[in-house]
Amino acid sequence: MAIDNVTFGIQEQALQVQRRRLELIAANIANADTPGFQARDIDFRKVLESAQKSAISPGAMTQTLSSATPQYRTALQPAVDGNTVDVQVEQGQFADATLRYQASLSFLDSRIKSLITALTGQ
Amino acid sequence: MSSFRIFDIAGSAMSAQSARLNTVASNLANADAVSGNPDDVYKARLPVFKTINEPGNRDSAGVQVLGIVENQAAPAKRYEPGNPIADADGYVYAPNVNVVEEMVNMISASRSYQSSVDVMNTAKDLAMRTLTLGK
Repeated sequence: MAIDNVTFGIQEQALQVQRRRLELIAANIANADTPGFQARDIDFRKVLESAQKSAISPGAMTQTLSSATPQYRTALQPAVDGNTVDVQVEQGQFADATLRYQASLSFLDSRIKSLITALTGQ
Repeated sequence: MSSFRIFDIAGSAMSAQSARLNTVASNLANADAVSGNPDDVYKARLPVFKTINEPGNRDSAGVQVLGIVENQAAPAKRYEPGNPIADADGYVYAPNVNVVEEMVNMISASRSYQSSVDVMNTAKDLAMRTLTLGK
């Protein structure tokens, strides 16, 4: 629907990226004790920058955002078994992703509320 | 849209960590179960964790217990001629369970389990907020 991009702007895609980040970080935390597991995350800023550079239309930007490739995290204290998960870092990043997800939700929420106000005229 | 696979991921971690807690409990319970035969004696059990890699989904990475392996270190040999199950030379064989190691394992498993519970709770809150969008 054409109205989507105009109505919700980038928030819808931002929500998707943050949800993928949440999944990745949940996987990192799940594999905190798995030998050889390498932690991954998505750098939202980089993804957004590359999306803005390559985008010729809002639709193309959506494509780039949703196909962002996760990257391996640089380990602060790699373990002997090859595991690069630092649970403290992951928990911090999880909180960060949660906050950003909720921020996007709030923006979407207020946009929907404005629309409802406009529709009902009260 | 794959909605909130976090529950699967955190759930797999919780079941893996509880399997680990089970082995710890089993090892601690049998730490003093001596035997008169070195081949019969209890051997410490350890879970082997492995990442679940789903071919179609490059993001999802739960964890699974590949199997339980037994520690192949030699049992501790103790001279206890008074023990009724001692062998002909008066030796009994104690399991190769290291109690300190097991306690550390238990704490680590418990912490990891708690992390996964937190992750799941947060995911639930986010899902609920998403569902009530615009209300």
